[in-house]
Amino acid sequence: MYRYDQYDQAIVDARVAEFKDQVARRLRGEITEDQFKPLRLMNGLYLQLHAYMLRVAIPYGTLSGTQMRMLAHIARKYDRDYGHFTTRQNIQYNWIKLEQFADLLDDLSKVEMHAFQTSGNCIRNISSDQFAGAAADEVADPRPYAELLRQWSTLHPEFSFLPRKFKIAVIASDTDRAAIQLHDIGLQLRRNDAGELGFRVYVGGGMGRTPVIGSVVRDWIPVGQFLSYSEAILRVYNRHGRRDNIYKARIKILVNELGVEEFTAQVEAEWAELAPLGLDAPQAEYDRIIAQFAPPAFDLAAPDTLDLSDPDFAVWVKQNVHAHKAPGYAIATISLKPKRGIPGDASSAQMDAVADLAEKYAHDEIRVTHSQNLVLAHVKKADLYALWQGLDAVGLATPNLDLVSDIIACPGMDYCTLANARSIPIAQKIAAKFEDLETQRDIGELKIKVSGCINGCGHHHAGHIGILGVDKKGEEAYQLLLGGSGAEDTTLAKILGPGFDEDGIVVAVEKLIGFYRGARSGPQERFLDTYRRLGPAPFKEAVYG
Amino acid sequence: MVDHQDQQAVAGAASPPLDDAPARLRFRSDAPFESPIAPLADFLAGGNFAAVRVDPGEDVRTLLPHLDRLKLVEIAFPKFRDGRGYSSARILREAGFEGEIRAAGDVLVDQLGFMRRVGFDSFAPNRPLDPAVVAATLARFPHVYMKAADGLAPVWALRHQAGA
Amino acid sequence: MPRLLTGNRLETGDVLWWTGRDWSPLIRDAVAIGDEGDALIASLVAAERINDPALIDVTGTPGNWLPTTTRERVRASGPSVRADLARGSLSTDVI
Ligand code: HEM
Ligand code: SF4
Repeated sequence: MYRYDQYDQAIVDARVAEFKDQVARRLRGEITEDQFKPLRLMNGLYLQLHAYMLRVAIPYGTLSGTQMRMLAHIARKYDRDYGHFTTRQNIQYNWIKLEQFADLLDDLSKVEMHAFQTSGNCIRNISSDQFAGAAADEVADPRPYAELLRQWSTLHPEFSFLPRKFKIAVIASDTDRAAIQLHDIGLQLRRNDAGELGFRVYVGGGMGRTPVIGSVVRDWIPVGQFLSYSEAILRVYNRHGRRDNIYKARIKILVNELGVEEFTAQVEAEWAELAPLGLDAPQAEYDRIIAQFAPPAFDLAAPDTLDLSDPDFAVWVKQNVHAHKAPGYAIATISLKPKRGIPGDASSAQMDAVADLAEKYAHDEIRVTHSQNLVLAHVKKADLYALWQGLDAVGLATPNLDLVSDIIACPGMDYCTLANARSIPIAQKIAAKFEDLETQRDIGELKIKVSGCINGCGHHHAGHIGILGVDKKGEEAYQLLLGGSGAEDTTLAKILGPGFDEDGIVVAVEKLIGFYRGARSGPQERFLDTYRRLGPAPFKEAVYG
Repeated sequence: MVDHQDQQAVAGAASPPLDDAPARLRFRSDAPFESPIAPLADFLAGGNFAAVRVDPGEDVRTLLPHLDRLKLVEIAFPKFRDGRGYSSARILREAGFEGEIRAAGDVLVDQLGFMRRVGFDSFAPNRPLDPAVVAATLARFPHVYMKAADGLAPVWALRHQAGA
Repeated sequence: MPRLLTGNRLETGDVLWWTGRDWSPLIRDAVAIGDEGDALIASLVAAERINDPALIDVTGTPGNWLPTTTRERVRASGPSVRADLARGSLSTDVI
């Protein structure tokens, strides 16, 4: 894992001091809320329905046990004993007080954490693959490059007042676990025939009001130059992105309006100006950072077998454990979607428990996934049973990864000022209909994603089944979308038909699933595959017929 | 409607009126330049000016052939949220411009650090800035992560200095 | 339809209602606002101590207000999915 050196710490400390000063000036009335708002948003602080909401950055979703314990401490001391892990691999707290915020930032900075650039019209927290460093299919660990991007984008003087937010994701395998084609910039690390590393660069993906799949603007940029190339993309966007309409301000709109070819030509022209300026970090810096992500010393003698005699454990292994690149090891996903729980929420006690277990069994490393779950990436198979028992003791051993009850839901109208409708109760009601695990396993992989408004924080566009909260004359209502995917075969879900009320949407999902179970070609065919094979018509008939 | 999450359109706002007085806040040792500032169109139309105003939507690169006869480029910030001017300033510096680059308009103290980094060296804010806060802001960051137009060495250079 | 004035306290973010003289964290303390509402909001915005001040529609009678929108009911009660965190102003049952 990356550890701060004196420079990183000095910058974070200065940034904390700066924001403390800004808060103090706001509290003294020296700056207006209008002036303060972008400053606090750039420090991750929103005003929501009930209080301030804080979004803490978890760079590329990786954190240590110590950091997780600090997140638990923050929940206990400054919030109401819980936090919400988000699709952006961050954590949000819902009950923060501005007057305590300075102390909170101090606490975070003690463990090399902060909340910078988790909101606002700047380059946001960089996201990555939750299996980084453990997946057999990656060409290299993508996180050193995410860290290079983190440093390059932190307090970037030219790009802190962009037309709109800017999200970058980095992966290093053909399997896309980070939805890179739905980011403003998506970077896929690849290796060429000469063995060199470079990126394929996607630009202009995004969800929100106008979902767009990113376009490839460059098939290959050598790793040594990807920062200056990113700089060129950002400059074209900063200069020419629309500022007349916030709904058209994302880079995806610029790319669409210019056309990919023209946009690419502008980026290339800008890069021709920037490339000679020596903006890229030197190889020594790459090496320094890569060294910090060196894989742990795997125990080569670790037995590669697993005792599955406990049936409950066996089910969890089957559902939540993935193959690791090192023999004798496994990747364990901790579901934050327990029965009747709130998707992504964890109590401080649960966070502490995960921290302990990570230290004991997983080389002190935890990942947050974009489906609001946690991952322990390097667990000895021999330790899996003890890990599972430890998780079970705090209600974190739900074996439902990627199943119908593993639902992504944004905070929705229970917390969010922008919401049209609640998301969490819908997720809970759907999950309740399929509580029986056998049924869930029979249904197989099914990604349901719920957003409380068109902004799409719950990724409804990328859901096999997407649900979107809308306002129908002051009442909460829900639209139903089908056929989305955020994986390497990215597709955008399409609206199936007229919307529903709260109970209606749950019934509609039940009907869809019922239809799918009758119509699939075999047990291997996922809901999404059946939909792609048959098209929307029979599904529509099943729901509305 | 309340703008909860700072989502305001910023284009089309009016720039501050042209004002030929020297900037209130200046980080240059040469004497302030005090002749008229021309709108970009007038300047490009061939007027004999040594100072020009660039608005957010205007392409600062049109000035590049004329840099040797410019003493001052004033970049307007009709609204502080409109960040186009940051690129404009940096493009001028990257092209080698050494004259004064002034930020005029809705310039807030919390942006001065960024502005200095992209090449601004004078400021004409709509509302006066508290000198103590200005000083504190500009002294704030001991290090920077990336190169910009101010010649500061990014931390990656400091980390790998010969002998370090 | 009666209207109440609501907003969030700058220092804490707490949800508040205007009682005619001061702010209360309990919606039942709120008073109905007449034509003076817009002027009140303007003065609050100028004072910069209450964020996002707004007038909301309610039904019911003093001491028993019920906001007409789900959003405002959620603000008064707390998140509907965490009855244990209800703020005592309105039951989450009414959401
Ligand atoms: C609760 C307060 C939140 C607010 C006010 C908020 C606001 C927004 C807005 C306005 C957008 C649309 C951006 C655009 O299209 O330009 C958006 C998109 C998004 N938000 Fe949130 N959000 C919140 C919470 C979350 C949470 C909890 C998550 C993660 C679970 C999240 C993840 C995302 C993602 C992934 C997108 C789509 C990115 C894209 O458009 O490309 N947000 N959010
Ligand atoms: S999708 Fe809408 S309701 Fe949900 S968190 Fe985002 S802005 Fe809020």
